[in-house]
Amino acid sequence: MDNKQSRNPEFSNNDNCTCECNDLDAILAKYNNDPTRLMDILIDVQMQCGCVSEKAVKVIAKAINYSSVDVVQTLSFYHFFSQTPTGKYTVYLNDSVVAEMMGRDEIAKTFEEEAGCKFGSVSEDGRIGLFNTSCIGMNDQEPSAIINQRVFTKLTTEKVKKIVRGMKNDYDTEDLIGTEVQSNILKQGPILTKDSNLGEAIKKAVTMSPEDVIEEIKQSNLRGRGGAGFPTAMKWRFCRNAEGEKHYVFCNADEGEPGTFKDRVILTDRPQLLFAGMTIAGYAIGSDEGILYLRYEYKYMEKFLEEVLSKLREEGLLGKDVAGEKGFNFDIRIQFGGGAYICGEESALLESAEGKRGEPRDRPPFPVVKGYLQQPTAVNNVETLCAVAKIMHKGAKWYRSLGTLESTGSKLISVSGDCEKPGVYEVEWGFTVNDILELVGAKNVQAVQVGGPSGNCIASNEFNRKLAYEDLSTGGSLIVIGNERDLLKDIVLNFTEFFIEESCGSCVPCRAMTVQYKNKLEKIIRGNGVADDIDQMLQWENVMKSNRCGLGHTAANPIISTIKNFRELYDAKINEDTDFVSEFDLEAAVAESCKTAGRVPNLGGE
Amino acid sequence: MSKILININGKDYSAEPGKMVLDIAKENGIYIPTLCHYEGIKPQGSCRICTCKIDGRNMTACTTPASHRMVVETNTEELEKIRSTIVELLFAEGNHFCPACERSGNCELQALAYRYKMMVPQFPYIFPSKDLDAENPKILIDHNRCILCKRCIRRKKEPDNPSWFVFKGRGHTTQINVDHELIDKEFNDELAQKAMDTCPVGAIIRKEKGFDVPIGERKYDKNPIGSDIEKGVTL
Ligand SMILES: Cc1cc2nc3c(=O)[nH]c(=O)nc-3n(C[C@H](O)[C@H](O)[C@H](O)COP(=O)(O)O)c2cc1C
Ligand code: SF4
Ligand code: SF4
Ligand code: FES
Ligand code: FES
Repeated sequence: MDNKQSRNPEFSNNDNCTCECNDLDAILAKYNNDPTRLMDILIDVQMQCGCVSEKAVKVIAKAINYSSVDVVQTLSFYHFFSQTPTGKYTVYLNDSVVAEMMGRDEIAKTFEEEAGCKFGSVSEDGRIGLFNTSCIGMNDQEPSAIINQRVFTKLTTEKVKKIVRGMKNDYDTEDLIGTEVQSNILKQGPILTKDSNLGEAIKKAVTMSPEDVIEEIKQSNLRGRGGAGFPTAMKWRFCRNAEGEKHYVFCNADEGEPGTFKDRVILTDRPQLLFAGMTIAGYAIGSDEGILYLRYEYKYMEKFLEEVLSKLREEGLLGKDVAGEKGFNFDIRIQFGGGAYICGEESALLESAEGKRGEPRDRPPFPVVKGYLQQPTAVNNVETLCAVAKIMHKGAKWYRSLGTLESTGSKLISVSGDCEKPGVYEVEWGFTVNDILELVGAKNVQAVQVGGPSGNCIASNEFNRKLAYEDLSTGGSLIVIGNERDLLKDIVLNFTEFFIEESCGSCVPCRAMTVQYKNKLEKIIRGNGVADDIDQMLQWENVMKSNRCGLGHTAANPIISTIKNFRELYDAKINEDTDFVSEFDLEAAVAESCKTAGRVPNLGGE
Repeated sequence: MSKILININGKDYSAEPGKMVLDIAKENGIYIPTLCHYEGIKPQGSCRICTCKIDGRNMTACTTPASHRMVVETNTEELEKIRSTIVELLFAEGNHFCPACERSGNCELQALAYRYKMMVPQFPYIFPSKDLDAENPKILIDHNRCILCKRCIRRKKEPDNPSWFVFKGRGHTTQINVDHELIDKEFNDELAQKAMDTCPVGAIIRKEKGFDVPIGERKYDKNPIGSDIEKGVTL
């Protein structure tokens, strides 16, 4: 597929940026020439100029006392930064699995025809740039694209034609067509149910001692909702007890796991709840600064969230003497990412927030001891912090009465794929996959991807399993895969490519083995596989477990879990009568030279 | 500070707390293969080749500080398999034509391949197309051989100084990127030599000088890698 080839605009060294970058000094001044704010600087420059040119790199480097390559080092790590112009209108079209299911290819083709350029390039007049991107958190309304920070959902060929026409007529992005991101909350539970007065939760917390707040959370048995399920109270206690000049609260809103969009819905529909949770966390660990690390894909929410924060300040629920508690000062700022799934990993997130590449850190030390700017830092998921606010409001006992013994409370699940009602469902822990499939109107289900690519792909014999830490643990997504899908080609291969794209590149097995996995999988899909290929892929898993972080540990899961649960699909493609088929595809290897020479290859044989 | 007790491969050793497992093993004559580690610079576990079973979990010895009653296994069959696989991955990922390389015989990657008796990697070669960067008068960067260990980056890293070497891109497209302006200005013969010595492979090569010691008489031509640490290893 041609339109799938290029993701990132080329990084080149020649300076073909024509803009004057006049506002650079203002941008640099805004961040006090602080190298730890390099992400913000790059974001502002990219938005202002449509690229971060060679010239801009030099100016930034000089101002923050970096070398130019230091700036490029950060810049080149992130998907949404570019050294060459990306067009007056920059289209980032989602190419993740569910987007493909919902007809993304047709949309891509229309974009290319209408705009007159291919994906991975900018139209000749510099007006329109077309690029692919990983899941943008809109799986319930695909195909979707981000155009100049705005999200356009449920795209049809008609809509695309209209959009491109608008671009050619210099429309403002918001006037291209009506944009609407739907929330699709289809089942509310204890977290999403609206309470009249959230300030109460904060007020209640500050009348208790910070230790007692932590104890209350402990009694609730709350565990992290970001995937790893770490007990929240324990994390806070470690952090509170760690020495440092300053403590930090981070909310992890990177939400990069394809198929997950429940944090997006909290952010737009219950932001007060989240900010209350962050404030309570700040009180508990002894911090006066909270940072919401928000993925760049959610840039469209910025204005709205800033308004919510301002209002909280006006109400005395943020700022000085929060909720009337003398001496408890706490405020929140938003830190945007630049497009990198790995920045959801908590230590990579902190590196990124410090203006660096999002490479996970070696542990120990853990972030609770040495986190943001080497200070004790508690990183929590959006949903975890919302649960904190609710627990403060209604008590640990109430919370414990929900869910199962080991998994208390509820879970927000993002459901998408082949079902009638994709959206966000809040269910108590203990719901089975079958229960959810029924809720969402899913029929003829071949497989369910639980917890995104890094999770598990299960077959119908496991649909009676419970969503719970002790059974099927999930960070919050289910992708329903219907019977008509080609599981290996349409899903497993796409997920494997996702991990290749998103590996930070630090660890050898994560960087290099993922590529070997993909090549092997393609060999099997082509019909050239032998039984030994499957065994090898299973054996390699052990090496993947030696990677530094969770991305590397789980990058082979799409392949491993489908070999385990859908072995027959692999076996059907295997050559049984031979133990060796070369991986080398002679025909493909000579195709280009043949084309150039205008000749038909003579590959031997008859 | 009082000493701690650490058990390596079934034997107890007393050690200073907080010291990295790798260093304690070395002091006691136990060799754990390394690639991205370089004596004297802050470790960053990226090659993963020093992976050991530490208290039952796979952890990198170069970045894990020792603690009291820690139990370490350095050389199980499973760990050795991980290591040889990493070496094979690196050969398949890059373009290593050892006979034509100035580092042959002094190359840590090549030496490890010998240690693991690699004839040919189990993985098909990727044959990526990579560049040579010969812009600087003092050094040559051969991206074909770079294993992205970051040793060159980390050796310079005094926090306030602009970098000479950095990474660019991410994932399998990551590359070393050199600040030519800065290096042109700051590099002399001594620094060029130092950069070359820092690199475990032949990715940083000093210009104007080479093959001083003939192939066949180099470090690992004579003694296998690790033999200065562990006793009784022969080719
Ligand atoms: C590759 C990778 C991506 C991750 N992405 C996210 C994410 O988008 N959001 C999140 O909350 N946690 C994510 N995590 C988990 C975080 O590292 C961390 O465990 C979590 O934010 C802690 O919050 P919690 O204790 O409230 O769950 C990710 C982990 C890995 C390894
Ligand atoms: S496992 Fe992958 S993503 Fe994680 S640190 Fe290593 S290379 Fe980076
Ligand atoms: S150039 Fe050498 S030292 Fe630098 S990362 Fe590459 S292999 Fe390591
Ligand atoms: S030597 Fe320890 S990870 Fe490379
Ligand atoms: S011998 Fe050339 S890279 Fe090792």
